[in-house]
Amino acid sequence: MALEKYIRTQLAEKKILLMTHIVLGYPSLDASYRIIQTMVKAGVDIMELQIPFSEPTADGPVIVKANQHAIDNGTTVEACMQLAGKAAKEFKIPFLIMTYYNVPYKYGIEKFTLRMKENNLMGTIIPDLPPEEGKDFLEAMNRVDIAPILIFSPTTTDERMSYLSSSTKGFIYCAARKGVTGKDTNFSEDLSAYLKRCRKATSLPIAVGFGIKHKEDVDFLKGKADIAVIGTQSIRVMEESGVDAVGAFIRGLR
Amino acid sequence: MITTKYYGKFGGAYIPEILVSTFEQLVNAFEEAKRDPQFWKEYTAIMSNYSCRPTPLTYAENLTKHLGGARIYIKREDLNHTGAHKANNVMGQGLLVKRMGKTRVIAETGAGQHGVATATMAAKFGFACTIYMGEKDVERQRPNVFWMERLGATVVPVTDGTRILKDAINEAFRDWSANMDDTHYVLGTACGAHPFPEMVMYFQSIIGKEARKQVMDITGRLPKRVYACVGGGSNALGIFSGFLNDPVELVGVEAGGKGLDSGMHASRLASKDGSPGIAQGYKTYFLQNKDGQMMETHSVSAGLDYVGVSPILADLKEKGRIRFEAATDKEVLDAFTLTLRKEGLIPALESSHAFVQAYKEAGSLTKDDVIIINQSGRGDKDIFTVADAFKDPEWMKFIKKKAENYGA
Ligand SMILES: Cc1ncc(COP(=O)(O)O)c(C=O)c1O
Repeated sequence: MALEKYIRTQLAEKKILLMTHIVLGYPSLDASYRIIQTMVKAGVDIMELQIPFSEPTADGPVIVKANQHAIDNGTTVEACMQLAGKAAKEFKIPFLIMTYYNVPYKYGIEKFTLRMKENNLMGTIIPDLPPEEGKDFLEAMNRVDIAPILIFSPTTTDERMSYLSSSTKGFIYCAARKGVTGKDTNFSEDLSAYLKRCRKATSLPIAVGFGIKHKEDVDFLKGKADIAVIGTQSIRVMEESGVDAVGAFIRGLR
Repeated sequence: MITTKYYGKFGGAYIPEILVSTFEQLVNAFEEAKRDPQFWKEYTAIMSNYSCRPTPLTYAENLTKHLGGARIYIKREDLNHTGAHKANNVMGQGLLVKRMGKTRVIAETGAGQHGVATATMAAKFGFACTIYMGEKDVERQRPNVFWMERLGATVVPVTDGTRILKDAINEAFRDWSANMDDTHYVLGTACGAHPFPEMVMYFQSIIGKEARKQVMDITGRLPKRVYACVGGGSNALGIFSGFLNDPVELVGVEAGGKGLDSGMHASRLASKDGSPGIAQGYKTYFLQNKDGQMMETHSVSAGLDYVGVSPILADLKEKGRIRFEAATDKEVLDAFTLTLRKEGLIPALESSHAFVQAYKEAGSLTKDDVIIINQSGRGDKDIFTVADAFKDPEWMKFIKKKAENYGA
């Protein structure tokens, strides 16, 4: 509930919230900390921290490379947890963990959720865990009151959207299109119609991610969604122009 | 709702939301096909007319004499069109693609056998075709890359991760999650999310059905043991499925690479290095570190060089129904040579793993015992790897001259 309440409070003052997605350990854990600091200062409302995994099947080339680089650097799950915990302690915005299911599975589901709780991390996004396969995980999350955030996609039926919504807390993550992260999205009539369908299927706030790069994209989403998610593009900006440029990029989105 | 299926603790359908409806469509098409008595008939007809089925069960008389124990029979999957058992699965899935009305197929490939088989199926049925192949495998299985491209497929070298089979699977999956409307992903082995393990085993079970009948007809008895190499597990499940309910010992042979203590192998079940995990859509034994990151694997054979293994095999191993062994690269080359010299058969390096274990054990059995080795494929594709391993001087001369002709 805490996450949803925060979102609703923020929405009273802002037309749309910004959530950013970064890969912990890319290009290094120190750099990740500085990126978080920069993003929070630039006014990001929520952050999604990805614990790298060797088989990121839902991600596109930029995030795939970032995952691989982070693992090659020796980034461990434990180090990610520590950094996420440090961020949640220092900065007053919600931090979520995004990763693939093998990471919590290997860590131990119970241990993973307790560790998240102790570090004040507020939700999880696990793209390869449908609720049908995730009963244990969802129960463990609910016990410690951490929000499992499930995903809607354009191929999800209305009926399934309602089902997914019933297992979700905090907000729904709506993938703007088919495919993996990092490719272009067409901000079109079709997307508006899909978002209307999402809105109807859930009473939770909705976030939209995949392919958001420019202020126009964020403007397009105002009134149609509650949260705009920026992932690949801020990683590209960081790669091309350094950590400081990320702050200006984020400020330019609103 | 997602349809899921477990084999003991293993299996499942860990799929992203974007593909849920695609899997639903596939499960329905497969279930319908299974219920339709015409479907298996259509399948076996096409396999006999297009791919030389039933493949023979060859008596290896010279090897039997040489090893002085059990009578050795070889199931000749190398005689399939395109030279491996992969054709069985591919043609079956191709028929499902037609039923689903899709027009494009994609696949991963390691040894290139599954890629070539998929490319032929696509050519025959008129589908567009893209094959994902790790950069490292593109290097070591060049002849198959050549044929895939000649057959009209697009071959995409995958440069992420360890640049082998598992990385090709990830990339094919990414393609599918964008293009599922017209595209079917022809997974090449009995791994991945439901229904793939069951479906691939279903099509490959044609091997075991034939082999059981053949061995009974020829020898009048059940074999004592059946040997198969295990990459993802499709040829092994194919032949084993014919004997699961019989008092027959089933032996799966994994890639021992440079040895089980070297850390450079692909033995998920025979070594102590594998542990349960969830990746690429399913739960099984993976070679992974304690954080759940997949490790680099090694094998002389690209087709066995994979971090995961069929959930059906993981379960049968836990239940004690199948024994798992490993063969090292060196043992594989020795068994490969012996098979060529004694029988004039050219097994793929993958298949040669099964021969290693059979040769180790044949001598301790008696001539009343019959054993079957599944020769999953032919070794022609391995010409570069084998020439390198034996440092064949005439071959090197030839390649140098060829390179000169190309202006290198
Ligand atoms: C000839 C041959 N045998 C075996 C394999 C291993 O696959 P599986 O374990 O699915 O039979 C391959 C895979 O490429 C192959 O080409």
